[in-house]
Amino acid sequence: MKTFAEMNFPGRLIAVEGLDGSGKSTQIYLLKRWLELQGLKVFFSEWNSSELVKAATSKGKKRELLSPTTFSLIHATDFADRYERQLVPLLRAGYIVLCDRYIFTAFARDTVRGCPPEWVRGIYNFAALPDLTFFFKANLEVSLQRILDGRPQLKYFEAGMDLRLSADPYESFRIFQGRILEQYLGMSTEFKFMVIDANQPVESQQSIVRDLVGAKIELVRFRAHTPLAA
Amino acid sequence: MKRTSPPRRPKNGPRIASPRSKPRRFYGHGIPGVDLEKIAGKLIVVEGADGSGRSTQIARLVEWLEGRGHATVQVGLSRSTLVSEELAQAKNGNILSHTTLSLFYATDFADQLENIILPALKSGFMVLADRYIYTLMVRDLVRGIDESWLKNLYGMALVPDAVFYLNVSPEQLVQRNFSKTHSLDFWESGMDLGLSRDMFDSFLQYQSLVAKQFLRLQSTYGFSIVDAQRSVDQITLELRKKISAVMAGK
Repeated sequence: MKTFAEMNFPGRLIAVEGLDGSGKSTQIYLLKRWLELQGLKVFFSEWNSSELVKAATSKGKKRELLSPTTFSLIHATDFADRYERQLVPLLRAGYIVLCDRYIFTAFARDTVRGCPPEWVRGIYNFAALPDLTFFFKANLEVSLQRILDGRPQLKYFEAGMDLRLSADPYESFRIFQGRILEQYLGMSTEFKFMVIDANQPVESQQSIVRDLVGAKIELVRFRAHTPLAA
Repeated sequence: MKRTSPPRRPKNGPRIASPRSKPRRFYGHGIPGVDLEKIAGKLIVVEGADGSGRSTQIARLVEWLEGRGHATVQVGLSRSTLVSEELAQAKNGNILSHTTLSLFYATDFADQLENIILPALKSGFMVLADRYIYTLMVRDLVRGIDESWLKNLYGMALVPDAVFYLNVSPEQLVQRNFSKTHSLDFWESGMDLGLSRDMFDSFLQYQSLVAKQFLRLQSTYGFSIVDAQRSVDQITLELRKKISAVMAGK
């Protein structure tokens, strides 16, 4: 598998990965604002957000119709739709594409759900690798607390209830997230994750993220227009 | 007190033979958590283009099997609870790109495999599938999707007990479609491929590309090619004979 830069795309793709509650969405939002305010061509895409596929996914989730296999496939369908219709054309047009979750989310979750890892990886092998992947590594307890504080009603699949780890959703969520974390850590070297200590303050993390993006990507090349002087 | 004897099977009633079991396998990684030992029924697949007589033959096979005391279940593509509506919507608008549509179909297939086919087989039903993974693979192969990618994807599928490909020439298919509906289907004509702007032309070209891929897959997946240009009765007799052999564990 190659990155978009290695495949000579003019655009660049940056992905963030991490557990729910690791703060990755906040970080990618701040990164997006920083890039936009410099007048760069930026596009943001979220996991599980393709319009057409979303209807089927939410039906499947609501009615608890999904097995590990169909859970995996329907998310792959969603990803493929966004990949082929948005990400690739934008990357061809020289955009910086920011992805809140990428194929590694599927690798981690589907494997924990019991799908054969080679099968899952094979399905996603039509996708190129990100040029930069940030992994927000928070203390498991911290991530759990953030989710549990803000949104005490855990959803069935989110809590991994389909795995029958525990009858208690909170306990199930803990075990499930712990296993996903293990999967992420196992992939970290192979896919050259930039590991960010997500226990630090938001600002410290964002400084590191911006530094790394600035060092890895020649940002002026992505300018759509000259920004107003501050 | 008068004694009653327990009910007995009438002496002249025919003995209904259960199908002989044979070792089962998936094409690849399979479905997590499925125990193939427990599968008693048989999976019989009928493949072929629209107008090749699939549904007629399946209806006849169901009648024949039920007459012989076997319970049957019928399945087909894009009939899943999970995504069939969305799939129909996507096809109408022709809005999804190839990989996406392919994965959408795979989701539909997986849903039916897990929720209908496997449970029915476990309960000892004869499952008659109106098309299976081969149609899905062939459609994608014709559209340039990587074969090894498809093989990995459909490694989840159970290997059927019999696969019959009803082979009809594209010229015959056109005639049959016209005699039935007086029109050609957009997808069955491969109009999305841009082979020709003329639908009649496109249909012929597309169907011969499809047939070529089917015949190519035949060597890998070993299906029986049935000459479906013959009479309906002749085809039924051939299918019955082959299914009888399958039931006997051959």
